Amino acid sequence: MSSLASSRASRMVSATWRPFGARLDRSAGAVFILPAVVVILGFSVFPLLASLYVSLSRLKFVAGGVELKFVGFDNYAKLLFGIDRPHLLGVAGPLTAIGIAVLVAIYGLFAYLLFRYARGPNRTIGGLIGRVITTAIAGALVWLTVNTILTSGRPGTLVVTLVYVAVDVSVQYLLGLGLALLVVQHLPGRRFFRVVFLLPMMITPVGVAYLFRMLVDTSKGPLYPLYAHFGLTDVSWVINPWGARLAVMVGDVWQWTPFIFIVLLAAIETLPHELTEAAVVDGATRWQVFWRITFPQILPATTTVVLIRIIEGFKIVDLPNVLTNGGPGTATESLTLHAYTIWRALDIGGSAAVAYILLIVVTFVGVSYVNLFRRRATAAV
Amino acid sequence: MSRHLARALVLLVTAVVAITACTNGSSSSSNQSFSGTTIRVVTFTGPQIAEPLQRRAPDFEKATGAKVQIITVPFSDLYQKLLTDFATKTNSYDATVFDPQWMGDYVPSGYLEDLTNRVQADSALQWNDIAPFFRDFSATFKGKVYTIPLDGDFQMVYYRKDLFTKDGIAPPATWDDYIAAAKHFQGKDLNGDGKADYGSCLAMKRSAQSYWAWISIASAYLQSQGTKQGAFFNTDTMQPLTSSAGAAAALDVYKQLSKIGPPEQLNQDVGDSRGLFVTGRCALSLDWGDIGPLAVDPTQSKVQDKVGAIILPGSKKVFDRSTNQLADCNATLCPYATNGVNHAPFAAFGGWSGAINKAAPAKVKDAAFAFLSYMSQPAQSSQDVTIGKTGFNPYRTSHFTNQGPWLSSGMSASAASDYLGAIQSSLQSPNMVLDLRIPQTAFYQQTALDTALAQFLAGELSQSQTMAQITDQWNKKTDEIGRTAQLDAYRSSLSITK
Repeated sequence: MSSLASSRASRMVSATWRPFGARLDRSAGAVFILPAVVVILGFSVFPLLASLYVSLSRLKFVAGGVELKFVGFDNYAKLLFGIDRPHLLGVAGPLTAIGIAVLVAIYGLFAYLLFRYARGPNRTIGGLIGRVITTAIAGALVWLTVNTILTSGRPGTLVVTLVYVAVDVSVQYLLGLGLALLVVQHLPGRRFFRVVFLLPMMITPVGVAYLFRMLVDTSKGPLYPLYAHFGLTDVSWVINPWGARLAVMVGDVWQWTPFIFIVLLAAIETLPHELTEAAVVDGATRWQVFWRITFPQILPATTTVVLIRIIEGFKIVDLPNVLTNGGPGTATESLTLHAYTIWRALDIGGSAAVAYILLIVVTFVGVSYVNLFRRRATAAV
Repeated sequence: MSRHLARALVLLVTAVVAITACTNGSSSSSNQSFSGTTIRVVTFTGPQIAEPLQRRAPDFEKATGAKVQIITVPFSDLYQKLLTDFATKTNSYDATVFDPQWMGDYVPSGYLEDLTNRVQADSALQWNDIAPFFRDFSATFKGKVYTIPLDGDFQMVYYRKDLFTKDGIAPPATWDDYIAAAKHFQGKDLNGDGKADYGSCLAMKRSAQSYWAWISIASAYLQSQGTKQGAFFNTDTMQPLTSSAGAAAALDVYKQLSKIGPPEQLNQDVGDSRGLFVTGRCALSLDWGDIGPLAVDPTQSKVQDKVGAIILPGSKKVFDRSTNQLADCNATLCPYATNGVNHAPFAAFGGWSGAINKAAPAKVKDAAFAFLSYMSQPAQSSQDVTIGKTGFNPYRTSHFTNQGPWLSSGMSASAASDYLGAIQSSLQSPNMVLDLRIPQTAFYQQTALDTALAQFLAGELSQSQTMAQITDQWNKKTDEIGRTAQLDAYRSSLSITK
């Protein structure tokens, strides 16, 4: 009797708990994800929305605090069409023959790629629309770059940043790949060099900037005897716009090549030897082994590391800030440094607008890169 | 016996009263009354300015029991760091040694403690010994005292007396003379090390303290009718004077000077140009008072007793606001001219000054005031202004009249007279140019002016584009804040009586 009662009682309890338990089971996923969502909302989405609002406002200091006045797209208009346009977008000059040739070549390439996709077997409407938008924006950026660099005009912070990213990432990749291929060879001292090549990445960017500030000083500093030997003490890297940009790019390449090196080294070292050995037995040359076997296999790692470096490259600020303070003039100023200089004068709205323009450009370049290159590269393997 | 006793008692009472009075008068820094109190003082990254604060803090701590924490941030960040700290009520700083030009932003917002009663009550501070200009410009805002001056700032020209005498060249009276002398010495070996040296060394780096040098040059062309005329804006319309024939002449001089100097000049800040001058590599330089004491510092100077200091060069032509053109100086146009040359010495920056955060706890405010007072008192400051690395330049009457500390620092009597004379003649000039002190001064000068000048020197902007850019940006900011409000602020900053 008592056992019957207890089993009835337990059935009643379980009947009460079952719906709650089932509900808990159903929402377990959401419950487990909730902390992460809260963290992302708190630390990512909310600041992003708040800074969007700030970019549409003007900040004023009033007695006892600050006042944010909504000004619509004023801050963006000032940057894109108003008084700060030359600073952000540069000044265009009349197109030269070289400029026209470059534009024709690049636009021709864009048109060919678009045409090939439209005629290809894998075309989709969504893919075509995406590619048309990408081509239009990329075309505008190319137009801006050619019109400000290959003419008598001058580039603004947007184009300077694009140049930094394009040159730095390309050179870093080529050097990083070369060093990784060298270090996997069975050469004496390769363990030592593996560590040495990593050192620049460990140094704080401000330290690197000061280091290069001393190295590019032709009138004093550690390389003075070298400059004096070649009679270069009366010229300066950092008073010429392209000399200063070159100094910044050399510093960035020096610092970040090790990052690409270490990722590619890891990728190359994990490759199976059988394929290479089979190719060598079949009489493949060293170039063929690299181009047909090694390179395709490290393509996923390549595209990932290049994507990371592109995103990081857009945010360059330490080197131009310490090396030249963005000078001469605004020649070495990147978008992040541009936002920083405006923020320093407490034009918080203008600074947020520059930061948002940077975010849009980085997102565009990142998404285009992933869609056009990375997916294809990873799918091919 | 009883008479002796009475006399002894009277003496004793008098002595006790005298000692008590002295103790009260010498502020509260002679006991341990601030034991357990920490004062967080923020200033710019040294060595200048931060050095004397850091060096003297332990003595103050020993005397008062307070703990002084000196926090340093780069010069270009100091303005917004303070403002955001005050505005967001973070209040991580109890006191600051800062640019008094920024009072235009900090005082109306109610961030700084009113020190008017404290400075009057503190006899050890010897408030009236501080030169009237610094008491008014660096310390007072709309009739109330908000800072304790710790530094007196004028820009002036330094030249190598030995070289000028040897070559029979007179110290430059005008900017044209300056350029001619600089060209004369450019490329010659000036310190006997066999290397070619430079005619003139200026700081021209962007986002440093370079733009003040351009204002020093422009002052000679833009202001000729006395301090109240102002050198930045038209005092009726608040239209900037940066698109005038005077500004154009100053840009022309500035561009020429950028080409007579070290190859890295466009990337050099004041630290670099000072280093080059005191190591004998330059014939001329334009700077605050710092080069004077640095030039006698045996640890770094190679030009001891070879340096002369003069008031800023002037111009024989000035901007005539009635015709909008440059015109030759005459008695009406340049009433303060000397030998037909209009000099307009520029009180660049105003001098580093100490202020207290209004939101700090009462006891911390007391301790912070005692510390700032201690730093300014003649016993300390008369030594500090003679040391080059402090960045502090003379600002008290006693600093000028008492040559003892200058002679002890290694300056010869003639060098001391020369150096102090140049500052005093600037200080006493009826045509002294006051620095800008209106809301968002930092934007007008540190951002708009500084960037345009850097672009001009780098060849990114032509002369007319430079003037147009500065004027447009200044006008835009003025309209953004309110033209009438800015005009009132500018006018009231010029009405300061010296």
